[in-house]
Amino acid sequence: MNQLLNHYSAEVQRILAKYPPEYKRSAVMPLLYLAQRAEGYVAKQALEDIAEIVEISTTEVSSIVGFYTLYYDQPAGRYRIQVCTDLPCALRGADRFLHELCERLGIEEGATTPDGLFTVEAVKCLAACHRAPMFQVQGDGDIAYHEDQTVELTLAWMDEVRARVAQEKEAK
Amino acid sequence: MSEHFLLRHRDIPGIDRLDVYRRHGGFETIKKVLTTMQPSQVLNEVKASGLRGRGGAGFPTGIKWSFLPDNLWPHYVVCNADESEPGTFKDREIMESNPFQFLEGLMIAAYAVQAKVAYVYLRGEFWQVANFLDEKITEMEAAGLLGDNLFGTQTSIRLYTHLGAGAYICGEETALLESLEGKLGQPRLRPPFPAVYGLYGKPTVVNNVETLTNLPPILEKGAAWYKSLGTEKSPGVKIFSLSGNVQRPGNYELPLGATFRELIYTHGGGLAEGRKVKAILPAGASSSIVSVDDDKVLDTPMDYESVAAIGSQLGSASVIVCDDTVNMAWLVEKTVNFFKHESCGKCTPCREGTFWMNRIAGRISSGKGTSADIDLLEDVARQIAGKCLCALGEFSVMAVQTGIAQFRSDFEEKVHSHTTERV
Repeated sequence: MNQLLNHYSAEVQRILAKYPPEYKRSAVMPLLYLAQRAEGYVAKQALEDIAEIVEISTTEVSSIVGFYTLYYDQPAGRYRIQVCTDLPCALRGADRFLHELCERLGIEEGATTPDGLFTVEAVKCLAACHRAPMFQVQGDGDIAYHEDQTVELTLAWMDEVRARVAQEKEAK
Repeated sequence: MSEHFLLRHRDIPGIDRLDVYRRHGGFETIKKVLTTMQPSQVLNEVKASGLRGRGGAGFPTGIKWSFLPDNLWPHYVVCNADESEPGTFKDREIMESNPFQFLEGLMIAAYAVQAKVAYVYLRGEFWQVANFLDEKITEMEAAGLLGDNLFGTQTSIRLYTHLGAGAYICGEETALLESLEGKLGQPRLRPPFPAVYGLYGKPTVVNNVETLTNLPPILEKGAAWYKSLGTEKSPGVKIFSLSGNVQRPGNYELPLGATFRELIYTHGGGLAEGRKVKAILPAGASSSIVSVDDDKVLDTPMDYESVAAIGSQLGSASVIVCDDTVNMAWLVEKTVNFFKHESCGKCTPCREGTFWMNRIAGRISSGKGTSADIDLLEDVARQIAGKCLCALGEFSVMAVQTGIAQFRSDFEEKVHSHTTERV
């Protein structure tokens, strides 16, 4: 039983329709995003499901996960706060921003907040050099940019997210 | 510049909406192209315009198109929207704010090389941009601007977006094609070039977002008009992404040949009070560093030839400005660390070389190095240069070699700060 196909049937078909039928393999990357949507990482079962859909080996699917930085094979915080610290951002204080943010949160870079909501990490250039310090947030099947940041702005946004998540929990 | 030809949203608010774009002449050019011109005429017009690829290499677009053989089918057009060079953020602005002009340009390219399908390969971080483009493509399909029998002709064109997943190397066109085929983003051996053996082994044109966005105005106003902008060998307009130690970083659309001084001071608002330009990286982290020890450097025209003449590259015109507080050993550690992280691992000089350069540059920058490390770093760079499978490895040594050659005292300072502390 292919769980991915079962769960996202229409979306899988829509993805496959983009590519010539004889080159199904092109769908492997969009399918990995799909597999990662719910839990924020690609579970082992999903590797097998994708391999079956695009007709390649599980090892080949796994190598794609390993090569590209936006796929994960391990769970982390629900939201990954990914701060660009490359040269243009660093010239505008990105390193200091990341350092202070981690300090205020009381975590090391790359670590997750105790509530399991946020992982803070440094990443490479995100094409937003003119609006540094900046970061992207990867989570809930989306990637969103947060630009022209200060530590205060970021902490305020994190509080908003915490409040929203708490509300969601109550509603359940 | 008074009128924008690429960043048209700055003159026309709401041009990202189909009705507004059409009210301002949108899709009239592709209609004219499809109904009155042969593909070869389109190709010749673009050739005559002198348009050069805006992704970094500056190769003439029309000539690139003309390499596709007419006895191998189908042809594909793939748009390189992988924008990943540190310092570059122009394609994102085009796609976010003037998407229809870009997509119209992509259609023109598809028609010129008789491709029925074109893919836009976006870096994975452009998740929201891809969703936005998908909406625009759906609107175009609904309006009969994409699909079969366009404008009553036999021409069919379909556009699809495809997201990468975080890999600088996928901006290299053959790595991009591998990635689009669902493989690791690693460059292919060339020849054969993508024009003959591209996507799915078929003749393929790979063009940058900005390059394609130039096409509607070129086909609307003609090659002669386009050549009246810019310089003789670098015609047209260019979006300069200005970043670093300037007051107003951002994208500025200027004719090719505008000077660094104009970009930095007239448009970028200059530097912070009391600061001077120490160095410029005109092509992002891949640049040879331009030392601004002499005021005349700032008067260099920013076109492909003039920037080459001062020992650097224009690339995608991602101009990073460093003021006199920036230590170049620190800068080199930043660029080397980037390339080490982004090396795809396929060829040994790049994979091993960037690894060791990163270690040595880190040692120097953190004050734990010795003078011998500076020579060692130079030596490793020398062993990488000219030996790599693709340009990434070559790029990784640019800042290292030109940094040490021009700013050795910055490296010595880092090394000696440590020695002094220890004593």
